[in-house]
Amino acid sequence: MTMAGRLPEPYGQGSGANLADILERVLDKGIVIAGDIRINLLDIELLTIKLRLIVASVDKAKEMGIDWWEDDPALSSGARRKELARENAELRERLARLEPGREEERREEERREEGSREVGRRQARRHDAGRREARRHEEEEAP
Amino acid sequence: MTGLRYVYAVCRPFSAPLQTQLKGVAGDPPRLLTHHGLIAVVSHVPERDFAEEPLRRRLEDLDWLTETARAHQSVIDALTVVTTPLPLRMGTVFRDDSGVRVMLEAREDDFRRTLDRLTGRVEWGVKVYVDTEPEERDAPAQKPASGRDYLRQRRMRVRANDDMWQQTEEFADHLHAALSAYADDSRLHAPQNPALSGVPGRNVLNAAYLVARNDSEEFVELVDRSKDETKVSIPGIRVELTGPWAAYSFAGEET
Repeated sequence: MTMAGRLPEPYGQGSGANLADILERVLDKGIVIAGDIRINLLDIELLTIKLRLIVASVDKAKEMGIDWWEDDPALSSGARRKELARENAELRERLARLEPGREEERREEERREEGSREVGRRQARRHDAGRREARRHEEEEAP
Repeated sequence: MTGLRYVYAVCRPFSAPLQTQLKGVAGDPPRLLTHHGLIAVVSHVPERDFAEEPLRRRLEDLDWLTETARAHQSVIDALTVVTTPLPLRMGTVFRDDSGVRVMLEAREDDFRRTLDRLTGRVEWGVKVYVDTEPEERDAPAQKPASGRDYLRQRRMRVRANDDMWQQTEEFADHLHAALSAYADDSRLHAPQNPALSGVPGRNVLNAAYLVARNDSEEFVELVDRSKDETKVSIPGIRVELTGPWAAYSFAGEET
């Protein structure tokens, strides 16, 4: 089977694609099949926090080839880096608070979980959570 | 044969060659495993990273996660050039080829149905962002002369803010309706976190559209025109297009 070659040039993809775009699809979308190796993908909130930690540590992110902020004056100033360091510390705290609870939750989940059904439910919850958060932001910003 | 089998996607046989030098996760080139007229695209991956215990630990290692996600995506991307792949969720691993065959056989009907639905189509991502601090764009307010003056200025800022939100929402709804009408299918995703995406401003629309390859050029033009419209009419709003992606957002349950 061949494809008509009439696809427009890629937009914002390839190695320069926004990491969130790639993770959103690769981790969160696609067909869920229970393979021989059973795993739980990271809860998206925890993942987001962890990724923010990486981004917050500038040298680390550079090592990984994440350098989008270098073109962004709002992010490349020293002031912004200080802000990131502060946020980094805050996030580490939050992560520490989240982790122990999650460990237990995960162990329990593993006992009950039968493959992909749970993933589907979690995805639905995640989506709701995203919507809720967006609404909450709006409410916070309302007078 | 040693190692485990990492499966990227399922597709129908295709004639065009895959991009040479293509490396998958763990550096192994993707191989094509044919069974019952379907193809599973697989890599051989080492047990030290992909067996149950190590994989669980690895997924918490964000360097590794990022690298693996990118490798997964680059294989799916290469497949999208030559065929219509059904992308599997990252981290689908089997012990050996026969495990992959068993899976192909068990899901055969599903795969064919989904392939029929998606063949010749790709996914485009469209996001709308809005600058989060509109008041900073306006001329700096004069220093309030009195308390009442301060409250009045504040009220005006709040009102301007409300207007901007309403405009943004209307624009996003309108755009989504127009693009959905053109596309074969659409999905709304949760807005992206700016800290994760590194994109400034707040993400107010994060949508995916399933579009026939042959209609894609026009779809892109449609999005481009909306970009031009926003530039003139609403300051602070941006439209961003990504793709073409494999139909990740449409490979799951049917609607």
